[in-house]
Amino acid sequence: MELDPLFISRVQFAFVVSFHAIFPVFTIGLASYIALLEAIYYKTDDPSWLKLSKFWTKIFAIVFGMGVVSGIVMAFQFGTNWSNFSYSASNFLGPILAYEVVTAFFLEATFLGVLLFGREKVPRGLHLFAACMVALGTFVSSFWILSANSWMQTPAGVEMVDGMIQMTSWTQAIFNSSFPYRFAHVALASFITGGFVVAGVSAWYLLRGRHGDIAEKALKMCVIMLAIATPLQLLSGDMHGLNTLEEQPVKVAAMEGNWETGPNVPLLLFAIPDMANETNHLELGIPNGASLILKHSADGVVPGLKSVPPEERPPVGVTFWSFRLMVAIGTLMILVSLTAAFKLWRGTLYQSSGLLRIFSLMIPLPFVAVVAGWFVTEVGRQPWIIQGMMTVGEGLTPSLTGWMALVTLLGYIAVYAVVFAAGLHYLRKVIVAGPDEVEHAHAQITGTPKRPWSAVGGEFEAPAGAGRS
Amino acid sequence: MELIDLTLIWVLLIGFGVFMYVLMDGFDLGVGILFPFAPDEESRDLMMNSVAPVWDGNETWLILGGAGLLAAFPMIYAVFLPALYIGVFLLLAGLIFRGVAFEFRFKATTGKKWWNVAFFGGSTVASFAQGAVIGSYVQGFNVVDGRYVGGAFDWLTPFTLMTGLGVVAGYALLGVTWTIMKTEGKTQDWAFKLAPKLLGVVLLFFVLVSAWTPLTNERVMARWFDHVNWLWLFPATTLIFAAWVFYKLKQRSDIAPFIGSMILFSMFYLGILISMWPLAVPPNYTFWDAASDPGSQLFLLIGFMFLIPIVLGYTAWTYWVFRGKVTAGAGYAGH
Ligand code: HDD
Ligand code: HEM
Ligand code: HEM
Repeated sequence: MELDPLFISRVQFAFVVSFHAIFPVFTIGLASYIALLEAIYYKTDDPSWLKLSKFWTKIFAIVFGMGVVSGIVMAFQFGTNWSNFSYSASNFLGPILAYEVVTAFFLEATFLGVLLFGREKVPRGLHLFAACMVALGTFVSSFWILSANSWMQTPAGVEMVDGMIQMTSWTQAIFNSSFPYRFAHVALASFITGGFVVAGVSAWYLLRGRHGDIAEKALKMCVIMLAIATPLQLLSGDMHGLNTLEEQPVKVAAMEGNWETGPNVPLLLFAIPDMANETNHLELGIPNGASLILKHSADGVVPGLKSVPPEERPPVGVTFWSFRLMVAIGTLMILVSLTAAFKLWRGTLYQSSGLLRIFSLMIPLPFVAVVAGWFVTEVGRQPWIIQGMMTVGEGLTPSLTGWMALVTLLGYIAVYAVVFAAGLHYLRKVIVAGPDEVEHAHAQITGTPKRPWSAVGGEFEAPAGAGRS
Repeated sequence: MELIDLTLIWVLLIGFGVFMYVLMDGFDLGVGILFPFAPDEESRDLMMNSVAPVWDGNETWLILGGAGLLAAFPMIYAVFLPALYIGVFLLLAGLIFRGVAFEFRFKATTGKKWWNVAFFGGSTVASFAQGAVIGSYVQGFNVVDGRYVGGAFDWLTPFTLMTGLGVVAGYALLGVTWTIMKTEGKTQDWAFKLAPKLLGVVLLFFVLVSAWTPLTNERVMARWFDHVNWLWLFPATTLIFAAWVFYKLKQRSDIAPFIGSMILFSMFYLGILISMWPLAVPPNYTFWDAASDPGSQLFLLIGFMFLIPIVLGYTAWTYWVFRGKVTAGAGYAGH
């Protein structure tokens, strides 16, 4: 049997990058949350904030560790599997990735040490500063990497000379046309992911009657933030889609499962796209829906897949269904966050066990939405590695054989399976154990009289110890 | 841009980055290599805590090396990685296991011994792979039109096997002298006993590699033996420093052995560069052939001039924060 190095490399890249993507999207949101908690603690001196921050920092350390090790793999995947692409695009990608290292990775990695281990070694202000630098680093990092990725989707500021990318404008290349939308959408996705995880865990504690005081605080913060961020995500996604319509119309055609270019295109809710016969089966749709969303009028003309030859069409089924999955989750999130915000305002949130249960069940959903979103973006731009300039096949490493790619793919799957299983196990352990009692003496003294919830204070200590066993 | 030779500046900068990496990640990988030989679990806790706050920053120099090569010498990036495909996978798998071991080991109860194994195994495999990379650089690559055309295991030869083991021994030396500097009591006693033996092993590898390299490579032979020259100062200083480290270990000096081992490493490193200069992708391409567009080199250089000093500044600051001996109860126990 002939092993196709191109196909296996694509599977390998999709696997390692999807695995990596789920960690940053959580750490970016959580880093900002921890910095906020540290800042509030710094100002108020109320130990419950310290307790919250210490708890989430423990979780952060585990997730960040997995993000770092899987990220290092990404930095080398370009060279091992896509060396022709790396070589051709080096004049742009090289400086961008190098700037990411010196402006973001060093910042995150170095101040992380102080954030995790330096609480007793540096003054409180500096510790807060370290937390802020870690959070800043995660954003700077997404700035550069999303610029690089957006440039591959909507290249600008360059020309191809003898198979090499040559720069014509750095600003046009860095701030290419899809970048602002992608950056906004991913930043919001990070806040939403962090928010739903913190909310879900807090809801779980409330349902079990544990750590009530701080779980209520955390849940409240998340609900307010989510009620703002989830509708904004719909808005940013819509604007992102309109940009894609301009720049990568074939991707939009695949997202909508639309074959013929024309007016009055329905918004499909269900369909089974069939690439061989250039049609869909079992279509169920809202008449004129896609025309309305994309062109804001019922007879707006929407591009179809048949406008390009079959070899330039992306895999339609994956693009179409990933898109629906992401939007469905996004819609559910809006409903849940707005309901929760309403109940918070009415003062019944902490008692609504139904809603609390929904929150704790929703913990995996943001991760699913993020991976689905990346699948829309990345699968939908096939066969291009740099839109309109270089195909994925041309970017492949020439010396790569099918079995090399397969052996390493199986290797990565094995390694990641162990790391992921262990990571989940330890995360569960930390969450079940719950936040520790704060041992900081000074905080104890100043904190105690300020606690209006001292009625539940007794129950404060017991479960933390109980959870350990 | 004819006034200044950007490519030369980039050779120095990348050289500096790789050098920082070797020195800084070298000792924390070394701590991992020594893990199974530590006297007891308490010593292992101490050793791990001594590198826990800094290892991530240290490893970032490796990523800088990768990204810097892509930016300044894309041909090196696009030849070395495909040529060392399997070796790179081993390197990354090793780094993954040792990286997560930091967090997981301290959270584990029954699984602790497995994360000891992961930390040791990951560190050793990653160090070996790095040594093999150096070995295959000396050996050269089968390249046509700037593209690697050789096979998957061309890099694996007796010579690279030996450079791989040499780097494992070298990192272990850095690790053991670091342990001397950062611990006290029985852990330090153990490290003092082990260090001279490791130094002996490292010198043995040094002699072997120095003898073998010219034999496998005519160009290197010519560089060192064609006319007697000042280059011989390097091996000579290496041996003098080795003797100094032996002496300082005997005196039970805390810090000097670590500094001495760092200098030893720098000497090996310079020796290799001298042997290979000016080749970037041996046997046919120099650094100037492998360079990227001057515009790209300049664009990045301008940023680096400001950013690298800042990075060095806050890196130094964290080492200052975590200075001194590690004690039981600090580090992971505290967070
Ligand atoms: C939306 C943001 C985002 C995206 C799309 C990516 N990353 Fe990432 N990456 C981060 C956001 C991030 C981060 C937030 O900065 C991480 C996550 C955890 C961490 O330690 O830093 C990180 C870590 C991280 C590291 C380790 C850094 C360290 O040692 O601290 C490397 C080398 C990469 N990434 C490289 C990549 C590459 C080559 C990608 C392209 C496929 C990529 N990342 C996608
Ligand atoms: C972190 C989130 C990301 C995810 C989850 C993701 C996901 C994917 C997926 C699923 C594919 C496979 C498409 C297919 O073959 O049908 C792919 C392709 C690709 N992506 Fe991404 N991507 C991400 C970010 C990036 C970034 C930031 C870059 C570049 C800077 C990038 C570069 C590539 C390249 C080079 C390919 C082509 C190889 C291939 O087809 O598999 N990706 N990605
Ligand atoms: C609420 C409705 C949403 C809409 C209308 C929407 C729209 C979009 C569109 C059109 C794209 C493709 C961009 C392209 O053409 O390349 C996209 C990508 C993406 N989406 Fe969404 N999205 C929504 C919700 C979400 C949610 C809830 C998340 C995660 C929490 C999310 C995460 C992502 C990610 C990570 C990507 C890939 C990165 C990018 O290209 O921006 N989206 N989204």
